[in-house]
Amino acid sequence: MADAAVRGIRAPAMGRQMTVRKFARRKSTIAFLMALPLILLILALVIYPAIYSMYLATLNKSMQHFVGLSNFTFLFKRTTFWMVVKQSVIFACTAVFFKMLIGIFLANFVHTIPAKGQRKWRGMLMVSWVIPTAMSAITWFWLFDPSYSAFNWLLAKINVGPIPWLGEPHWARFAVILVNVWAGTPFFMIMYLAALKSVPEQLYEAASIDGASWWQRLWYVTLPMMRNIISITVLFSLIVTFANFDIVRILTNGGPVDQTQIFATWAFQLGIQGNDIPLGASVSLFMFPILGISAFFILRGVRKRSNET
Amino acid sequence: MAATAEISAGAGRVARRGSIKGSRRKALFWSYVFLVIFVIFFLTPPVYMFITSLKSSGEISAAVNPWWVFHPTLDNYTALLGQRQFLIFFRNSAVVALSVVAITMLISVPAAFALARMKFWGSATLATGVFLTYLIPESLLFIPLFKIFAFIRDTTGIELINHWWVLVILYPTLSVPFCTWIMIGYFASIPKELDEAALIDGAGYIQMLTRIFIPVALPGIIAATIFAFTVSWADFLYPLAFTTSADQLVLPVGIITTLIKGDVYNWGQIMTGSLLCAAPPLIIYAFLMDYYVAGLTAGATKG
Repeated sequence: MADAAVRGIRAPAMGRQMTVRKFARRKSTIAFLMALPLILLILALVIYPAIYSMYLATLNKSMQHFVGLSNFTFLFKRTTFWMVVKQSVIFACTAVFFKMLIGIFLANFVHTIPAKGQRKWRGMLMVSWVIPTAMSAITWFWLFDPSYSAFNWLLAKINVGPIPWLGEPHWARFAVILVNVWAGTPFFMIMYLAALKSVPEQLYEAASIDGASWWQRLWYVTLPMMRNIISITVLFSLIVTFANFDIVRILTNGGPVDQTQIFATWAFQLGIQGNDIPLGASVSLFMFPILGISAFFILRGVRKRSNET
Repeated sequence: MAATAEISAGAGRVARRGSIKGSRRKALFWSYVFLVIFVIFFLTPPVYMFITSLKSSGEISAAVNPWWVFHPTLDNYTALLGQRQFLIFFRNSAVVALSVVAITMLISVPAAFALARMKFWGSATLATGVFLTYLIPESLLFIPLFKIFAFIRDTTGIELINHWWVLVILYPTLSVPFCTWIMIGYFASIPKELDEAALIDGAGYIQMLTRIFIPVALPGIIAATIFAFTVSWADFLYPLAFTTSADQLVLPVGIITTLIKGDVYNWGQIMTGSLLCAAPPLIIYAFLMDYYVAGLTAGATKG
């Protein structure tokens, strides 16, 4: 009797629990199904190839024998490899630094002028970001052309040059960095402009009443307020710039004599053109450390940012 | 004595206020100066693209001012647009970009909805994973993917390499993670009350997505669409690695590989082609700048 009563009381409760659980299960099943194409895509075309490239890197050229780490020891012995490492680091660090610097200044300039004209200026400054990189790179190549360079024509007017923009290693390095800065700066500017809009106006008013100059306001008010977004953009751009392919490929194709070669272009040359897929895979794997470190800090920054707001 | 002190203090205040106004005017002046300099820097290549596209090859190789068009002609445009090959590049690019946009939206919108609203086992990890895959660059993936596709050919006989539609398979790896990531941000910003109300009214999850979330998050969807389109329109590495036959190329690679024959550069046509290739993204940008900017900034500010 008591048993029955207890059961009688329990049954509806259990029933409700069951439906809730079933409901939850149903909800999560639907959710899982909705996310399934995404999961499959990421697993099949991103995660699997990424792991597969580590396996590829341990094979010989004909991909029939396991050779362990000998691809890497082979690379370490080649001077070209160390040149590529050096050039990749110089290329990425210099380009990212200037993109950040110009981005900060441009954002501040745009922010200083009356709100009415800001859209127009921002619009003109972002054109280089919108044009497909391959197309702007080929235009720069034409501007740098050894015999018809439009820049050299201008420089000749003031009795300078002709400058071998892409023919001489130092100038070629300068040129690929310049074009990368040209193409990538708008991203920084737009991010910083968005961040500037969220800095409270009172801080600037207080600073100017205290007699702070333009520089002081930039250094003591703006930059501390934007620290988080600056680190996110720099790390993000570091990944993208390290992995850059089209600008270097089109402008110099790694030349003169591999002096401007970076990881992606060299991996392409060895792996696809040279038909040595394992060696190409080994080269591209060197992008992983910088990728991992940057990704870790970006994620931390983004989390911190979403906690703040 | 006290009076003079007061006066000098007052004068100081006036002078300081004057200097605030003065420094503001100075900042404004220098802002404009630098903006003009940088706008010239940023607009030089596209302007030069346009200048060259209006020149005949005779004028290009003549020793005259390269920054001016003396005999403007549309020959390059008619030559290029009358060329079957160029139209094939354009068609390939358009079909690839539009298909990728459709696929990206079909995959990322439901997934973002599921990840933002319907928590399931591992959904938080997956959201982070989506962001991390977005950070994996294509230059790391093209070699293993090339080998995988070659392997598929050897085992099943399905030839993927050197067909333009292989790009429809490849480009979603670039567009889907980012689009999902920004859609998660947009969906998460929609108030919870809205879906509770919908559930009480008896709407299912699919209805909730199509009737409420998609309309409310439309700006985000437009931003994601623009991103997917521009990425698949502009990419260079995948088509260069995966397609080689002239009739399978897309615009960027087609222009660079077919208009440059050995050491002969047909600069008039190359610049015209580049301009025509840059036109669709530029037009989208001109009309939808705010969405474009929103898509750009959403990655780091939302989610």
